Amino acid sequence: MSKMKVAILGSGNIGTDLMYKILKNDGTMELSLVAGIDPESDGLRRAREAGIGASHEGIKEILEDQEIKIVFDATSAKAHIKAAEQLRAAGKMAVDLTPAAVGPYLVPPVNLNDHIEAKNVNMVSCAGQATTPLVHAVSRVVPVHYAEMIATVASRAIGPGTRQNVDEFTRTTANSLVKVGGARTARAIPVFNPAEPPIMMANTVYAAINEKDFDFDAIKKSINDMIEDVSEYVPGYRLKAEPIIDYRDTPWGRLPVVVIMNEVEGAGDYFPKYAGNLDIMTASARKVGELYASHSLQKEEVRK
Amino acid sequence: MSIPRLTDTTLRDGSHAISYSYTIEQVKDIVRGLDEAGVPVIEVSHGAGLNGSTIQQGFSKTPEFELIKAAVETVKQAKVASLFVPGIGTSEELREAVEIGIKAIRVAVHCTEADVTEQYIRLAKELDIEAVGFLMMSHTQPAEVLARQAKLMESYGADCVYVVDSAGALVPQDVRERVSALKDALSIDVGFHAHNNLGLAIGNTVAALEAGADQVDGTVRGLGAGAGNAPTEVIVATLSKMGIDTAISLAGLMDLSEEVVAPIMPGPIVIDRDNLASGYAGVYNSFLLHVRKAAEQFDLNPTEIMEELGKRQAIAGQEDWILDIALELAEKKKDLQSVK
Repeated sequence: MSKMKVAILGSGNIGTDLMYKILKNDGTMELSLVAGIDPESDGLRRAREAGIGASHEGIKEILEDQEIKIVFDATSAKAHIKAAEQLRAAGKMAVDLTPAAVGPYLVPPVNLNDHIEAKNVNMVSCAGQATTPLVHAVSRVVPVHYAEMIATVASRAIGPGTRQNVDEFTRTTANSLVKVGGARTARAIPVFNPAEPPIMMANTVYAAINEKDFDFDAIKKSINDMIEDVSEYVPGYRLKAEPIIDYRDTPWGRLPVVVIMNEVEGAGDYFPKYAGNLDIMTASARKVGELYASHSLQKEEVRK
Repeated sequence: MSIPRLTDTTLRDGSHAISYSYTIEQVKDIVRGLDEAGVPVIEVSHGAGLNGSTIQQGFSKTPEFELIKAAVETVKQAKVASLFVPGIGTSEELREAVEIGIKAIRVAVHCTEADVTEQYIRLAKELDIEAVGFLMMSHTQPAEVLARQAKLMESYGADCVYVVDSAGALVPQDVRERVSALKDALSIDVGFHAHNNLGLAIGNTVAALEAGADQVDGTVRGLGAGAGNAPTEVIVATLSKMGIDTAISLAGLMDLSEEVVAPIMPGPIVIDRDNLASGYAGVYNSFLLHVRKAAEQFDLNPTEIMEELGKRQAIAGQEDWILDIALELAEKKKDLQSVK
């Protein structure tokens, strides 16, 4: 099967890790260009070393190359709002790794197929990629009245963008737990822990159930299936312990709460292994790119 | 030594100790007592700060905005303040609390993460209220690191930065070093917040004042998370003996402690095994009740959970690790028993 040309916009940490993920996994994408704004950046240097086209003129070269069909945007929310317009006009599909959320939220094991024709999809947030599948795993078995997730990540793995806008991170992640995860309401709380050596990303999901009868074994099975689905593209994604039911006092009475404890170990491509939060973003984006690439290539085959 | 400004946080830190069960009546009674005694700042919010009502921490029995409103309506001279932890609270809750009438916000982060407070300290100043930076778990970092972090908060517009001994793990020498470093580095006020795990809450508060602290915290009868805080009434009495007149009525505070606060407390706060284990291991004080619950649920000794939390360097907001550790310890025990 032929391959589809793709490009990465943004040569920072996320863009660079994504580059290695695409290069490492032989799939339906051919990475032809990494575009940044700083010719001296480590990301562009590494792209050149890997024999990939490298441009420091921002989105310009991407727009000029009609062969490039999918663009991963790893810049900033502000930059993506402008880029989204330009990419759309140029007929390119955008996978948005910024918090801009121009397009719908996409969490691969949950709603990848719902947006297969979308021209712009958003990768939510690292915590959203890690915990939305877990909330969905519960809500597809029994309604989740309220979901709460605590994402603990190493301080070193949290960039200045997130630090200056914690509001955005919590809002986006909670929205994803509702819109994609299927919870009725949700909260998302990040914790940045500076422990040395750095801790691995650890997420706890509390799913409060307000139903009289439910099958906890079915919930556990659903969670385990989901872990398997995610670990297919994020190998370090796993449960820390078997999910448990814990009774908690809530504004809706004393309710059973499914407690899921998860950790994410990164693949160590460009980021250190503890930075599972960054790894799950780039791994999920690659997964989305793969699917879109093979979907469009199949459509082309049919047309021929 | 100048006359320090006293902030009473019985209605915030104390809420941890009574599982967030304050009623509107209790808030009014305590605020009235503090206000009449002349305490200048009264902090009211969920123990974990605005919007702290969660499964992780525990839900407030009465919505905290109703409690804050009750406080604002009761005070005649005191400023009402709230605590704010970025990520637990968002700008929306901060705006709402200011709308209700708080006049100061204390923005609390783990003491290496000051840059996370920028958005909120700036917002507080825009909304024209006082902004205080709160460097939690100060025992985990040396004085010069704290001073650098405090300097960031000052650059965002903070009016004061606190050295917060969240785990009650500092001894007087540590407090002096930290407060002095902040005093040297900053041109704004420096504060100190004590916990009593090592029996040093008052001693450390005095050490902080001797090192130049401009503001200190207390709670009536020491009603705060874990081993509790420096009792507000004891601070006032001690300062008076040191020749510092705070203009706060000691008699008023003592009556408040005996007649209003004591009946609310589930029992006296003492440095028992769990509180000492917590302070010694450097564990966040509000973990106490969660640790006791998990220990009971999984048939463990609270001390072993505290020790493990200390080893893993858990910080504020990580109550979920208590369950994680309890599950792991219980699992290990089961394995040992099956070997036997």
